[in-house]
Formats: sequence, C-alpha cells, structure tokens
Amino acid sequence: MPNPEVPLLDMYRTMLTIRRFEERCNYLFMQGRIPSTLHLYIGQEAVATGVCAHLRADDYLLSTHRPHGHAIAKGVAPGAIMAELFAKSTGCCKAKGGSMHVGDIQVGMFPAIAIVGANIPIAAGVGLAAKRLGTDRVAVSFFGEGAANEGAFHEGMNMAAIWDLPVVYVCENNLYAASTPVSVSFKIENIADRAAAYGMPGVVVDGNDVEAVYQVAGEAVARAHRGEGPTLIECKTYRLCGHSRSDPRTYRSKEEEAMWETKDPILRLGERLKEMDLATDETLAAIEQEVTALIDEAVAFAEESPLPEPTETLNHVFSLEDQEG
Amino acid sequence: MAEMSIAEALRQAIREEMARDPRVFCIGEDIGIKGGFGGAFTVTLGLSEEFGHERILDTPISEAGIVGVAIGAAMAGLRPIADVQYGDFLFCAMDQLANQAAKMTYMSGGTVKVPMVMRAPVGATSRGPQHAQSLEAFFTHIPGLKVLAPSTAYDAKGLLKSAVRDDNPVLIFEHKLLYGSKGPRSERGALSPIGEVPDEEYLVPIGEGIIRREGSDVTVVGKLLTMYRALAAAERLAQEGIEAEVIDPRTLVPLDKELILESVRKTGRLVIVEEDNLTGGWAADVAAIVAEEAFFWLDAPIKRVSAPDTPAPFAPVMEQFYVPSVERVIEAVKSLF
Repeated sequence: MPNPEVPLLDMYRTMLTIRRFEERCNYLFMQGRIPSTLHLYIGQEAVATGVCAHLRADDYLLSTHRPHGHAIAKGVAPGAIMAELFAKSTGCCKAKGGSMHVGDIQVGMFPAIAIVGANIPIAAGVGLAAKRLGTDRVAVSFFGEGAANEGAFHEGMNMAAIWDLPVVYVCENNLYAASTPVSVSFKIENIADRAAAYGMPGVVVDGNDVEAVYQVAGEAVARAHRGEGPTLIECKTYRLCGHSRSDPRTYRSKEEEAMWETKDPILRLGERLKEMDLATDETLAAIEQEVTALIDEAVAFAEESPLPEPTETLNHVFSLEDQEG
Repeated sequence: MAEMSIAEALRQAIREEMARDPRVFCIGEDIGIKGGFGGAFTVTLGLSEEFGHERILDTPISEAGIVGVAIGAAMAGLRPIADVQYGDFLFCAMDQLANQAAKMTYMSGGTVKVPMVMRAPVGATSRGPQHAQSLEAFFTHIPGLKVLAPSTAYDAKGLLKSAVRDDNPVLIFEHKLLYGSKGPRSERGALSPIGEVPDEEYLVPIGEGIIRREGSDVTVVGKLLTMYRALAAAERLAQEGIEAEVIDPRTLVPLDKELILESVRKTGRLVIVEEDNLTGGWAADVAAIVAEEAFFWLDAPIKRVSAPDTPAPFAPVMEQFYVPSVERVIEAVKSLF
C-alpha cells in the first residue's frame, strides 16, 4: 500500500523539473547563449528532491558549485535561476553570482558556496542561530564526496556535533571529484562512517532511490527538530553527465555509465508510480508537458530580461542597512 | 569618566553590546573557560560568568570552523564577535574570511548580510615569526571587509561597539603591546595607553581618522603601535624645530583619505609608519593615494617606515631592529628637509 504521506508525485515533478532544466541549460550553453561554465546535476535529482521535500521555506539550505537542483527543489523560481545563468539583472543573485552561486534567501537558500567544503562550518553557524533564536528551523548542507577530504568538513562537523546543532549534512557521493575517482581519495568504503568520529549518526542510502532518501532525510530532520543534533547522510549516486562544460568523461568507462543509466532515479520513480497505481503513462506525460511549459517560461523570462548596467559592478559590496534597529 | 586599558575598554564594549542586544555573542578559543585566560589577552575575562557559556562560546582549536560558524550565525540572524588568539591564525581561516564573509552580500545581490566582528591581536612580541605578524594589509585588499585598527582605549571601545552594530563583516586588529601593561597576561615592554573613557554610551564612527597631534611641517601617519612611535618622534622633532602632524586613521577600510590629503596639502611632506612588511603593505597604498591626489602639494618624496621584508624574528635585539623605532621615524622625517 502506498503511504499517502510520501509526496511521490510531487517529487516526480520536482525531479523531472530539475532534469529538464539541466538539459535545457546544457543545450543553451552549447548554443553559446549561456556564458561561463556549468556544473549539471543530471542523475542526482533524487537527493535534492528527497531531502528538500521535508523542508519548509524558512528552513535553510547551503549548496555547492553544482546548485541548480538544490535551488529548484528548495523552491527558487526557475526563471530567476535561468536569468542568473543568462547573466541578466533579474537573476536570483542580480547577475553577481552566476551558476555556481544561485540561491534566494526568500525561500531559505543562501547563495551557493562554490569552494568545496566551505559551507559545512557555515551550516553549523546557521544551525546555531536557528537554535539560539528559539526557532525550529533546520539547516541542510549539501556537498560532494570530495568535500569530505577538506579540513572545513572536519571542523564544521565537529562543531555541529558538540553543540547538538539542528543541521543535516548530505554528502552526495557521485563517485568522482571532477575526474578523480573515490578509490584514489578514500581508504574507506563509506564516507558516512566518518560520522562516528564526531559522535553523530551516519547513514548510507541509495541516492538514486528518492523514497529511500526521503525516508532517511525525514529521520534526520526530525532528529534535528528534537534538538538531538546533526546527522550525516551519504547518498550513493552518479552524475549522468560531465563534471563541467565540455567534459568528455574519458576517465570512466561507457559500461559504467550504461550501468548507472539503468538506475536513473527518474525512470525508477516513474516505474514505481505506475506499479503503485499512483500514475499512468498519461499522468506522467501530462507532468512532462507541464514541466516543459515551466522551462519554456523560465527561458523566455531570462531572454527577455535586461542585462545589468556595467556600473552595477559597484553595488552590494557592503550591506547598506548599516545601523540595525 | 573612567580610566581604562584597551583590554578593559574592549571588554566593556562587549559587555554593553551583549546587554543591549541578545543576538550578540562571543565565539572563540579559551574565551570563557572557568579558570581560563578570558581570551589570549584577557579581553573576555569574567564575561562567561555574567552572560553564561552559551553567549561566551568556547570552541575547539578550529579557526576555519570558528569563522565559518560566525558567518553562518550572522547570516541567520545573530551578531557574533569572533576571536582568535593571535592574528596569525587568521590564515587558517582565510577561505572563510576572504571567499565567504567578504563575498556573501555581493553574491546575493545585497539580499544576505553578514554582521560579524572578527577580533585579532597583532604585533611582534618576542614570540617568533608565527605569533607576530601585522596582517591589516591582507584584509584591506579584500572588498567586502571593513578593517579597524584602534590605538586608544576610547577608540577601542567606541569602534568595537560600532563594529557590532554594523551589518557587514568587520575585522578589528588589536596590538598586543597596547592592551595594557598590568594583569596576569600582560606583555613585557607593553605601553600603557590608559585612556579616559566616558561613563555614558558613545560610538566612534567607522571611517573617521583623527589628528593626534597638530603640526605644519610634515604629516606622519601611524596606526596601532606605530602611532605611538610617531607621536614620540614628533615630540623629539619639535625640540629641533620640526612640527609633525600625527594622523591616526583608526579605520583602514573605509579609509578617511580626506584627512590625510588635507594634512599633506598643509605640510607638503608625508611619512607613513607601520609594523607590517614593506612590500605590498598598507603604507604603499597610502603613498599611492597621496601621490595620485596630492602630488602637486608635495615638497619632498613620500617616505615609508616599515618592517623589513623578513619574517618577525624572535631575538629581542632583532625584533627591535624589525619593528619601526622612534629613531627610524625621526631619521625618515629629517631626510625630507
């Protein structure tokens, strides 16, 4: 029996939105309509979606150089993200950040932090504020497995643990830090094992199974709400795309990629929905259409938006509300 | 009015701001442990008894963690005063300061603010090269950070209070030889800039320098310890008929350029004294500003008196050679006439 508490259909829509958004970004990038570089989230959609399904708009999210999926799952408007990628003044960072820094604090997402591991102690601080201000907000920090070898990981995880802060640390282990495989960087099998060193629970989950991610994240968020402190969740997943622009992925085999394609989290959830009689092919096709319209709208918004004035460079170096009340 | 050392003035500022605003808290190493030091230089001594350990938050030895936690707490509504034992340790937290604290507001298009204070002791005090550096110039180079360098008790209190109320990351550099010469953690050879501090509430605005001594013949700019070296030099120069105007910028970012330029337009000569290394130092920047904006008022080349381009040595005799002395300031001034 399907559990009606689990918003599987909503999560399917979110995952598909992320997938189609990323595919469109890639297409626009290849056409030269998006400048800079892109770190796409294709293949990892179940992680952001399963975790963020538990978050309210006033819960906090801290992200990485690969943030589009987190942003969509947290509720940042796709048009504002796309406009940021187009370097337009209507972008969610007013074109000051670009792809690696998308966020919108109105929906609880700070500008994404593109220095690997750096958001880990910051998330602890956000959790500290949430706790001290007497709120029941939680802070979620997403990072790749590469971040687990940064010093900031150690310092931040330890501080979150010693003060029992309401933080959920989500390690997206997609097996490669850029081109470097985990076998080169880790002696251990599971990064979640490191949680024990800080005295916090560590959980390994199939990051391509959104139901499993949802389940584990729910427990971690509940634990944070109960004041019992942080959790480290390791989501085993795979990036079904390159690390960044024009990555020919010659560091991994076609066989490996083909194997992971059979574990595509969106295809899996689609099958599961049908199996559970929660959707038919028609329902899924209707969602597909809905998502396509949403992405079309986001691209149109981005294209129609004005470029920033060059002198806009000079604004927002400092916060102007200098003397608070 | 009360007579206070800089350490006491800073402590009083923290106490007042914490009492005024429940969002203000201190975070750092050894700041509130019972029977501990009250910070490396006693600034937070006794505050954990007044405010509790939640608001005088002792941390592991994790500088990047301390700064990262302070940033996150500031972004989510608190107003942290972070502390490291020695300024040199800020290098351990450089990513958090330079990439995170400084750029968060900008990257958010002005929608996120980081109202945090970072306190750090600087200055050579016979501890060798890794507990001695004057780091101000590094941080003046990073847009998004405000940088303060108070040299008196009055300014230390007033500027720290302004820093706590500012909505941006503010670094406040304190010189180890200026905290005060009494107490269990006092430094050998420390000056005692005991100053009068009003009983009533006051703030020293960020971005305003001050003329410590008026003079018409030469402008000498000094900050922290070197401000006192400049003042001592000025007194001796006066005996020889040279009247030096001594300027204490107090804030390095944003810099009160006009105060320095006006003085140079009056005196026609400029000497900048700082304890940092010469190359790429803050003095070079002040020299460039004056060269660009007041060149035609200059009667002589601009002179910098700084530490040489070496690490700070341990041996007291070498350290005395390293830190700009009163004699070197006098010599530099005289070379302009």
